[in-house]
Amino acid sequence: MAETPEVREVIIIGSGPAGYTAAIYAARAELKPLVFEGEIDAGGALMNTTEVENFPGFPEGIMGPDLMANMRAQAERFGAELLAEDIASVDLTGPVKTVTDGYGNSYSAKSVILAAGSAYRKLGLPDEDRLSGRGVSWCATCDGFFFKDKDIAVVGGGDSAVEEATFLTRYAKSVTLVHRRDELRASKIMAARAHNDPKLHFAWNSQVTGIHGEDSVTGLTLTDTITGQERQLPVQGLFIAIGHDPRSALFAGHVDLDAEGYVKVEHGSTRTNLTGVFACGDLVDHTYRQAITAAGTGCQAALDAERFLSDLADSSHSTPAELIETTV
Amino acid sequence: MAALQDVTDADFDEVVLRSDKPVLVDYWADWCSPCKQLEPIIEELADEYGDRVTFVKMDTNANPITPANSRVLGLPTIQVYAGGELIKAFNGAKSKSVLIKALEECL
Repeated sequence: MAETPEVREVIIIGSGPAGYTAAIYAARAELKPLVFEGEIDAGGALMNTTEVENFPGFPEGIMGPDLMANMRAQAERFGAELLAEDIASVDLTGPVKTVTDGYGNSYSAKSVILAAGSAYRKLGLPDEDRLSGRGVSWCATCDGFFFKDKDIAVVGGGDSAVEEATFLTRYAKSVTLVHRRDELRASKIMAARAHNDPKLHFAWNSQVTGIHGEDSVTGLTLTDTITGQERQLPVQGLFIAIGHDPRSALFAGHVDLDAEGYVKVEHGSTRTNLTGVFACGDLVDHTYRQAITAAGTGCQAALDAERFLSDLADSSHSTPAELIETTV
Repeated sequence: MAALQDVTDADFDEVVLRSDKPVLVDYWADWCSPCKQLEPIIEELADEYGDRVTFVKMDTNANPITPANSRVLGLPTIQVYAGGELIKAFNGAKSKSVLIKALEECL
């Protein structure tokens, strides 16, 4: 495919709750959004979850992948154009923004909504990558099946760590939840589930400081965060659930990021420092990081983009062309 | 696009290990959403490389023995066999360009 000369109204990068919600709103506003869903991670983080119990409107709960399939279908119904491609580079500074996919195809638009979400955080241990897929995993729902009757560990103390740990007790002989503090950060309902699970054990005040195994994981070194004492934990699997980092590397040097890599937006809006560039979802959210909050800011981004585009159209009718760039 | 042939615990030896051509095995399960996204990419590769490499998929739900014997500890996993030996393995979803590069190295 050659370079596309057409300048669209809006391009959306990302396809979690933020990206698809932005796409639904932009499509209903007849902006014909082009959505880059990602080649292998379309649907975002919820694609790797099981039951979502707290998304309003689903009193019986809904499976994460089903929720995302519904959002996708809703965006498509109103005319959003969805591409299962990754963006490799962006140029967002001028009045016409250009994004280029991994195959070198370029697409242009007057506005861009960044909704690339976040990626699993790693422990940063030397053997972590080597043993990834060989016992080290970031996705219990993907990989738990292969740990039937094995002893495994989960690192983390938040809702996702507890959810992974309780899910894994379906398969595993035992699950040890390794947490650097002496109580869970998870919500009360999740923590209670964990404490009542007979297969689930806790390693409090503990950090994973070593992963061992030649071809696959055979054990961990845990270090006590108070005494500094080390001990060995023989396990065949390690599931890491210590949070996420924003996937903003692609936009660094284009839009302003904060010290932790989140895209900075003007307070109370989704506007970045660049005119016509908006950001939403986990890419900007330090605090909440829920499907519903991502969907909420995705909606805001689409409305902000819609207003920006209609102001742009108004100003292009009433002011000389050379002033267009400075009107917002 | 050609659908991939299913391989099972019963015929893995014959189809994969005793094949004259290199064989790419795509391990999947219905609960693995990255696997579903990977499937059309593998099918496209099968269209392009099908003359030189045999492409098969294995449902790990229905076939627990082979994944356990071949050290599959996560999905998606893709393995390439040649002459009965495992010569390349990928864990986790990979983009098409990464897979093409790896396949070229196996040929």
